Amino acid sequence: MGSKTSSVQAPENGQPLDEIRIAIRSDSDLVAARQEGRRMAERLGFGGGDRTLIATAISELARNILRYADHGEVVLLHANHGPREGMTVVAQDKGPGIKDLERALEVGYSTSGGLGLGLPGVRRLMDVFNVRSSSGDGTVVSATKWKR
Amino acid sequence: MPVPILKQGPHLIASVQSALGDSDLVELRDALIAQVGRYRSRGVIIDVTALDVMDSFASRTLGDIAHMARLRGAETVIVGVQPEVAFAMVQLGLTLEGVATALDLEEGLAFLQQRASRTGPHRHPSSA
Repeated sequence: MGSKTSSVQAPENGQPLDEIRIAIRSDSDLVAARQEGRRMAERLGFGGGDRTLIATAISELARNILRYADHGEVVLLHANHGPREGMTVVAQDKGPGIKDLERALEVGYSTSGGLGLGLPGVRRLMDVFNVRSSSGDGTVVSATKWKR
Repeated sequence: MPVPILKQGPHLIASVQSALGDSDLVELRDALIAQVGRYRSRGVIIDVTALDVMDSFASRTLGDIAHMARLRGAETVIVGVQPEVAFAMVQLGLTLEGVATALDLEEGLAFLQQRASRTGPHRHPSSA
């Protein structure tokens, strides 16, 4: 799980990176990840409504990891792109990957008996959404919420 | 952390106290469905006031509880969905369709009592 995310930049003042990594192996990790996410969103100055959207997105992404890849990692990052500031959630695993990415992004499509709301739902909860997956080589989902 | 279930007359009241993991939700489902039989309950209230995230799994499990309880003769009402949680649920496409909801515990109890007085204690609504 050591893959680096390109948006991570070393701060110039030597402060620790605002980056939290949470290993996802069980459903208690899932609860921990969304609580960490909520705390970080609060620290970054997000309002209550957005904190809940972010925590919900983390919950869906972490559950996908458990369901499809058994284990993986959620990385929470302070997103800073010029004048825009926000929070990025990266969910990565080395699982089997998503066979049909286009369909996985359709509401109601699920290969696990779920509701099929996970990925399309996260896309709606967040402002920026990217998913990279290849069969046999795991999945990386990245979702950013900008501060209003 | 398991969810405490209180028996209150003909109703069961489950008050979610903290963040729920998936296994807690499944445990709650099984405990409620078993207790509906044990106490011959006519109504189930699930208070989610303290729940800060309702994702697709939580929503599906609450729906399952409501439908399973109905098949066992008990009506379920979900109470206390917070405004932010409701917003996130709608964004996710989770509407808890077919599941009764009420603002809070008081409204939930009123809903069940109203329903009980309308259908009578042992009469099925369709035979009325």
